[in-house]
Amino acid sequence: MSDRILEVDNLSVAFRGEEVVRNVSFTIDRGETVAIVGESGSGKSVTALSVMQLLPYQYASHPTGSILVDGKEVVGAEEDDMLKLRGDRVGMVFQEPMTSLNPLHHIEKQISEVLYVHRGMGLVEARDRTLELLNLVGLPRPEERLRSYPHELSGGQRQRVMIAMALANEPDLLIADEPTTALDVTIQAQILELLDELKERLNMALLLITHDLGVVRKMADRVCVMTHGDMVEQGTADQIFDQPQHEYTRALLAAEPSGDPVPANEDAPIAMNARDVKVEFDLAKGFFAKKSVLTAVNQVSVVVRGGQTLGIVGESGSGKTTLAMALIRLIGSEGSIMLGDTELQGMKSKALRAYRDQIQIVFQDPYGSLPPRLSVNQIIEAGLKIHQPELSPVERRTAVSASLVEVGLDPEAQDRYPHEFSGGQRQRIAIARAIILKPRMILLDEPTSALDLSVQAQVVDLLRDLQRRYQLAYLFISHDLKVVKALAHELVVMKDGVIVEQGPSERLFESPETDYTKALMAAAFELTTHETSA
Amino acid sequence: MSTTTVQPTDGFVIDDSAPRWQMSPLTKRRWANFKANKRGYFSLWAISIMMVLSFFAEFIANDKPLIMGYNGSLYVPVLVSYPETEFGGVFETEARYTSHAVQDLIDAGDGWMIWPLIPFSYDTIDLYTEGAVPEAPSARHWLGTDDVGRDVTARIIYGFRLSILFGLALTFFSSIIGIAIGATQGYFGGLVDLIGQRLVEIWAGLPVLFLIIILTSMIEPNPYVLLGLLLLFNWMSLVAVVRAEFLRTRNFDYVNAARALGETDSVIIVKYVLPNAMVATLTFLPFLLNGSITTLTSLDFLGFGLPAGYPSLGELLAQGKANIQAPWLGLSGFFTLAIMLTLLVFVGEAVRDAFDPRRSAT
Repeated sequence: MSDRILEVDNLSVAFRGEEVVRNVSFTIDRGETVAIVGESGSGKSVTALSVMQLLPYQYASHPTGSILVDGKEVVGAEEDDMLKLRGDRVGMVFQEPMTSLNPLHHIEKQISEVLYVHRGMGLVEARDRTLELLNLVGLPRPEERLRSYPHELSGGQRQRVMIAMALANEPDLLIADEPTTALDVTIQAQILELLDELKERLNMALLLITHDLGVVRKMADRVCVMTHGDMVEQGTADQIFDQPQHEYTRALLAAEPSGDPVPANEDAPIAMNARDVKVEFDLAKGFFAKKSVLTAVNQVSVVVRGGQTLGIVGESGSGKTTLAMALIRLIGSEGSIMLGDTELQGMKSKALRAYRDQIQIVFQDPYGSLPPRLSVNQIIEAGLKIHQPELSPVERRTAVSASLVEVGLDPEAQDRYPHEFSGGQRQRIAIARAIILKPRMILLDEPTSALDLSVQAQVVDLLRDLQRRYQLAYLFISHDLKVVKALAHELVVMKDGVIVEQGPSERLFESPETDYTKALMAAAFELTTHETSA
Repeated sequence: MSTTTVQPTDGFVIDDSAPRWQMSPLTKRRWANFKANKRGYFSLWAISIMMVLSFFAEFIANDKPLIMGYNGSLYVPVLVSYPETEFGGVFETEARYTSHAVQDLIDAGDGWMIWPLIPFSYDTIDLYTEGAVPEAPSARHWLGTDDVGRDVTARIIYGFRLSILFGLALTFFSSIIGIAIGATQGYFGGLVDLIGQRLVEIWAGLPVLFLIIILTSMIEPNPYVLLGLLLLFNWMSLVAVVRAEFLRTRNFDYVNAARALGETDSVIIVKYVLPNAMVATLTFLPFLLNGSITTLTSLDFLGFGLPAGYPSLGELLAQGKANIQAPWLGLSGFFTLAIMLTLLVFVGEAVRDAFDPRRSAT
C-alpha cells in the first residue's frame, strides 16, 4: 500500500454544463492533513463530494480530471465499486450534526449498519466494535448511549457519533466537511483535537474542508485555497500563512475582523438600562401536567450608553438571543427595561409602538430576516410608514435612498427583491431598515455569523462607521469573539441564562477571571481545550 | 437577462431599472415550468376555451334567433324580448320563435332569422321532433334529447357553465374563509389555535350530506342557497394548509423584524406572512375547484341539489340512470364531467409542479 492516499488531478465539475470547479489538482498522503479553504460558493464542498462521487449526477458531470483513491480511479467508476469504497476506504463527516444522523434509529443501529454492510459482522461482534468506536471518539458512558436517539445527544456528541461512523472501518481517508462550523467554540476545539488525535492513531489521511482560517492554522499540514471554482494557491500551512503568493489568499488572510472599537464617550447618556431581566418558558404540556419552567434568562442586568457597544458572548443555549428578544419586548419578561427615561416593561402594545422607532434589531440570517416577497423599498419604508405617516411617498423614497447610501448600497437597487442580493448586501439592507428610523439603540443578534469572512469585516466596518456618526448604542450578540473584540466596549459573558462575568471588554480579553471565560477565550483564539479542565 | 444581474461581490449593484410591473424572475421561472408541462399547459388552454365559450352559451345554443329582420327593421331577439304582437301575433308575451305559428307570421312579413348553432336553449322542449323522448342523437339533436324532450347538447353547454361558475364561486368564498381562519389560528397560535382546531374538528365531524338533505327540504334551494349551504362545510380544506404555513412563518426573523418596527398584527399577517401561504393555497385551488364541482354534481344526481329546470350535469346523470335504454344521456353526462374534471386535475398538477422549488427551469 503506497502512502499516496488521494490524488486529484485536473478535476473539473460542471452542473448543467456550467463549470463550478475548474482544473483542481492536489494530493494527500497517509498521516497528512490537507485543508481546502474558501468562502461559500468557492467549490470546496463540491470537490470533496466528487471524491465520494456523491454529487447529483443527473446534472453534475466531470468534464475533465481523475481522482485516484488508493490508486483506484473513482471518476466514472461503477456504482457497485463506489459502494464498497464509501464508508469503508473513505469516511465522511458532514457539517450539520443535527441532520446528518437519522432521527428514527438509535445510534448503535446507525454505526453497526456500516459494519454489517462492509464487514459482514454479526450482532454481538458489531456491538463490541461500536462500543470500541464510541470509546475511541470519547463519547461519555458509551454503554448507555447505544440505545440513544440522535435528539437525546448534544451537537458535539452527535458529531462524535458521526466521526465514529466514519471511522468504523478504519478508512484510509477521512473527509471532514466543515465538521465544527455548527458547534460552539469550546466543543469545536474538542472535536478538532479529537480529529487530530485519531488521524495520528489510525494513520489516516484527513481532508478538511473549512472556511475558518483558525481551524486551518491549527490543523493543516498543507493548505489549498479555492475561490470561484479555481484552486488559486496551495502549499504548506506555513507558506500560506507567512508568505501568501496569490492576492486572494492575502485578501482572505487580511479579512479577519480587526481593529478597535470606536472611541467611547464615557459620559454619554444611558441608552438602555435593564435590571434583573428574567425570561421563563413554560414547558408543561396540557392542563394537568406538572408545572415545569425553563429559566432562559435569569436576573440579567445590562447597561448600554450611547455610542457604545455592549458585547454579549456565550455558547448556544446561554440565553443571549432570548435576552435580546426580551429587551426589545418581542417576548415577555420580568424586570425593568428602561429605554432612556422610559420604562418599556409593562407597556401595552399600542403605547409601546410609539417607542419602537428608538430601538431596532438586526438578525443573524440575512436570508431569513427580509420578507422575500416585498421589494427592498417596501421593506425599508415600512418603519417610516408607521412612525412618520406624514411623509409623502416621494419623501419616503428619498429617505430610503439616503439610508441605502448610508449602508453602502446603490439607491437605484431599491426596487429589487431580496433574493437578487448577496448575503452581505442583504445584511446591509437589514441594517438600512434599522437605521432609517434613527434609533438610539440597535440590537445586533449575530449579524456577521452567517457571512463570509471578507464580508464580515466589511459589515463590522460599516457598523463602527454608523456608530461613530450617529452615536448609536449597540447591543452586540455573538459567539465569535474576534468580531466582538473589534466592536465591544463592554462585555457580558453568559452561560445557562446567567451572567458569568462582565466588565470592560479590554479587561475581559486580557485577563479573564472566571474559568468559563478563560475556556471560551482559549477555545476561540487558540482553538485549545486546555482551560476546560480547570 | 440583464435585469437580474447583481454583482457577486459585496459592492454596488448595477441597476438597469426593471419596470415594477414586470414578472419577477421567480414568477417567470414558475411560468416556464408550467409551460414545460405540456399536458397541463394544453389542459389550461382547453378548459379556458371551453369556459369562455360557455360564457357565451346564449349565442351558441338558444331558442331565439341571434338576429332577424321583419318588415325591413332589424331585431335582436337574443338580447331583447319582443312581444308576439310585434310580429302581428295575438299574445302580449314574448314571442316563441320556435313555434311554427310565429315562424309563419315572420315569413308573412318578409322576415328572415339567423339561428344560433344549436336552436334550442337548455329548457326548450322540442315539440316538433318526430320520435319519442328520450330521442336518440340525430342531425337535429346532436346528443339526443332527455326524457322531457330537451336538447342534451344545449343542456350540457349551460350545465358546464353553471358547474364552473358555481365551482369558482364556492372555491373563491371557501378560500377566503379558509385562509382567514387558518391565518388567524396559525399566526396567533397558542390558545386561539387550540380552540380553533377543536371547533374545526367538531365542525368537520358533522354529517354534511344529511344536513344538506335536511336543510334543502326546509329551504327551497336555488344556486345561491346551495352555495351558502355548501360553503358552511367546504371552507375547511384550506385551513390546515394555511395554518401550517403561518405556524412555520410566524417566528421567522423578518416577522420579528416587522414586529420590532411596530407593525400591527393585521399588517404583518397580510403583508409579510400571507404571501408565503399563497403558494400552498394556489397549488390547492384547482383541486378545490374540482371538489366543488363534484359536490354540486353529486347533490344534483341524488336530487337534493338545484331544483328542476336548472341545467345540471348531475340531473343529466340521474336521467341516464333512470333511462338505461337511452345510453346517450348517461354517456354525454359522463364524458362531460370526466373531461372537465380531468383537465382541471391536469392543470392542478402542472400548477403544483410549477410551484415546486425543487424543480428548476429546464
